[in-house]
Amino acid sequence: MKFFNGVRDGLPIGLGYFAVSFSFGIAGSKLLSWPLVTFISMTNLTSAGQFAGLQIMADAAGTFIEMAIATFFINLRYSLMAISLSQKVAPSFGTFKRLLLATGITDEIYALAVSRTEPVTARYFAGLMVLPYIGWSSGTLCGAVCGEILPPVVTNALGVALYGMFVAIVVPQMKAHRPTLIAVLIAIACSFAFKYVPALSGVTVGFAIIICALVASLIAAALFPVKDEEDGDGSGEVLRESGKEGEA
Amino acid sequence: MIATQDYCIFLLVMAGVTYLLRAVPFVLLKGKIKSRFWRSFLAYVPYTVLAAMTVPAIFFATENKLSGACALVTAVVASLLGLGLVGVAVVACLTVLGVDGILLLL
Repeated sequence: MKFFNGVRDGLPIGLGYFAVSFSFGIAGSKLLSWPLVTFISMTNLTSAGQFAGLQIMADAAGTFIEMAIATFFINLRYSLMAISLSQKVAPSFGTFKRLLLATGITDEIYALAVSRTEPVTARYFAGLMVLPYIGWSSGTLCGAVCGEILPPVVTNALGVALYGMFVAIVVPQMKAHRPTLIAVLIAIACSFAFKYVPALSGVTVGFAIIICALVASLIAAALFPVKDEEDGDGSGEVLRESGKEGEA
Repeated sequence: MIATQDYCIFLLVMAGVTYLLRAVPFVLLKGKIKSRFWRSFLAYVPYTVLAAMTVPAIFFATENKLSGACALVTAVVASLLGLGLVGVAVVACLTVLGVDGILLLL
């Protein structure tokens, strides 16, 4: 598989990323100058993780430890995808190339790469990364610059695009898989508790997200273990589902 | 606005943790995770994280809670009707624009 085949296959992902990261740029522009917001996207290439990171930065009580733990749990799924992808790559895809290209393991790029029948070469994977990376970075840049110019009514409206995207990832899975529905409802109930129960209101935003996700996922894993066939090649069909829709 | 020095450390932590999560297993691990419990746990994590991040935060993301709540409802409906990522995001944006616009005129 050639480099340019990868570039071509990455085009739709790149376009989707531009739109989504535009709203990240707007959210970031409320806290940081546009070069600093753009640099977050250029070094992270992850939507939910960056978004949570921004919330922790915005929180006056946010700590570096909180940032590390929140990033760890929110992005832990990439480790699963990396394990899965490592079984699909060509033998020529060596350690050095893996270190270089590991940043490209996002939900969509991963999903596209493992859906190929042939082994994934480093060249193809590198090609696949190009447009999504450009789309993600330039979308953030445009959003951050516009966020400083546009009136609040417009930026508020654009700012919910990211939440809309999260809904678009979670809801189809809730519809298709009842245990995910229950897990999500537990997480939401827990999240409301952190917002409105006075005894819990001292917990910072980042830790609240981590605790909600841990509690809900542990309960769901204990009650409804994912079937082996759903788990295919070690990554999980449940995860693959999210990959189809388009989250960075 | 946060201090530039704090920003740099936050960025380093974020980018470093994210990179290591991707690179370390990619380079080292070849086998499948054996424990069904932990595989299941990891399969649920993305959804519970996104849910906890969206609700109730979306209510506080806009000018007033009503427009955020309306956006959540229309986004869920749009998603149930089969709209994709971009479509659902557009519906949510238009809802906020519409509701905030009407409230501004009232």
